[in-house]
Amino acid sequence: MIKNISNLGDAALYCDFGNEVNKSINSQVIKYFKTIKEKKFEGINNLTPSYNKLIISFDLKKTNFKEVKNYVENINAQDSKDINSKKLEIPVCCHENFSMDIKRLEEILKLSREKILENFLNKEYFCYMTGFIAGMPFLGDLDENMRAQRLETPRVKVPKGSVALTEQFANIYTFESPGGWNILGNTPLDVFDSSKEDKPNLINPGDTVIFKEITLDQYKNYNEQ
Amino acid sequence: MSNNYLDIIRPGINTTFQDKGRDHLYHIGIPFSGAMDNRNYLIANKLVNNNLDSAVIEFAYQGPHIKYSGEKINFAVTGDVIFSIKKKDTETEGNCYESYQIENGDEINIISTNKSVYGYLALGGEFDLKFQWNSCSINTKANIGSNDGKKLDAGQRINLKKINSNKDTKKTNYINTKIENIRVIKGTNFDYFSEEGKKIFYEKEFTVSKLSDRMGMRLEGPKIDNIVNTNIKSEGLIKGVIQVPADGNPIIMLSDHGTIGGYPKIGVVASVDYDRLVQMSPGSKIKFKEINLSDAETLFKLYEMETQNLLSQI
Repeated sequence: MIKNISNLGDAALYCDFGNEVNKSINSQVIKYFKTIKEKKFEGINNLTPSYNKLIISFDLKKTNFKEVKNYVENINAQDSKDINSKKLEIPVCCHENFSMDIKRLEEILKLSREKILENFLNKEYFCYMTGFIAGMPFLGDLDENMRAQRLETPRVKVPKGSVALTEQFANIYTFESPGGWNILGNTPLDVFDSSKEDKPNLINPGDTVIFKEITLDQYKNYNEQ
Repeated sequence: MSNNYLDIIRPGINTTFQDKGRDHLYHIGIPFSGAMDNRNYLIANKLVNNNLDSAVIEFAYQGPHIKYSGEKINFAVTGDVIFSIKKKDTETEGNCYESYQIENGDEINIISTNKSVYGYLALGGEFDLKFQWNSCSINTKANIGSNDGKKLDAGQRINLKKINSNKDTKKTNYINTKIENIRVIKGTNFDYFSEEGKKIFYEKEFTVSKLSDRMGMRLEGPKIDNIVNTNIKSEGLIKGVIQVPADGNPIIMLSDHGTIGGYPKIGVVASVDYDRLVQMSPGSKIKFKEINLSDAETLFKLYEMETQNLLSQI
């Protein structure tokens, strides 16, 4: 359930479902997201579900905070049909060309490179949400001993395909973009395809992802196969 | 093939097609995009008798130099922009907020924006562009929109599908006002910052950094000290959100912003000030002033009425 609704600026609602990150809270967020999305309330122009928050933005020319808040408070969020979830294998190359933050991770986690990769690869991660940049999946949960904070100053450019870690999560940079996560490797796979307007994301909330290591040669040849 | 087209002689620094943008896509990571300065975008279209949601060419700092081929067409430039119109043997300086008619072989040379960032070039007609999710707005980070989601480039040809039959030229006396303070509403993590940090945020000047673009505006100045946590669990963002990462330098989310972020939100720019915020060029000084939600709503209503008034007078 929504614990609190406040305003984020003058054109968005900030719905708080709690502070913990787990599948049960996340599925509440998704439930509200899907219900509101289907109802198409006049003036709501975007919904952003995340681990435990739902941000509802609206067109201030058509409605306002009070109206949208009242609407959301009185909505009967329906259990959505089970998300059609997939299990996906994502190839990742952790060669030094790509693992830009491996040294930083070794220092913070006090683990060797080999141990970090062993902990990270061949495990199942759950996709909580997608976003930041188009199609970027937020995957969890990393083992306790693999959790590092973001970089103090985000990089202006993170290369496309970067597989990166922060706290209990992993993600994939679907495009070159600014970003502050710790970069561990790179995937040659296209995780976002804008030509598919109805289904541009390879990974969607509810999917399971496993990272499989590939060599630099395999990486280079990946898109030529 | 179209008989009416533009050839790009020089593209300018960051020249893209923009329209009203695309909505209902935050949940997959796609921002609104659309014209950065919405008011100037609308005025540009109105001056050339276009529908108000038509695509225009947006440029930053230096604009494009183009050569037109085809039947007579109107164009207008909005913003604070220096440009010239070259016809056969004469080159004359053009005025913003005034539409002109050009014909086969004429050139428009947009030299620069003046102490501002964005300007708009509208042509009286319809560009032949690809739409993605009901918008041709170019998002260069995700390569979405017309022109394969890329900035315009030298040597490119852009076709027009249609030219407006209404060729009345128009003029308005709009002046882009600068504002001293950017008004903000307290953010959801305001209490993450020290008393000193909060004071700095509202009382000190910040400088717009060179590392600013359609995604975000980075600011430099006194550091804003966080006393709770320099990270939050990643959550949704909207344009205008001011995040403060661990280094204490605020970043304001702009139209091509990431849809999710993990830095604490100290404030959100009031919608009324967004058009003017994006026009602040690197080196400009910014001061923030707190307002409450109801004042922000009223001010936006007034701003919107003023925009509609301006448009109705054209």
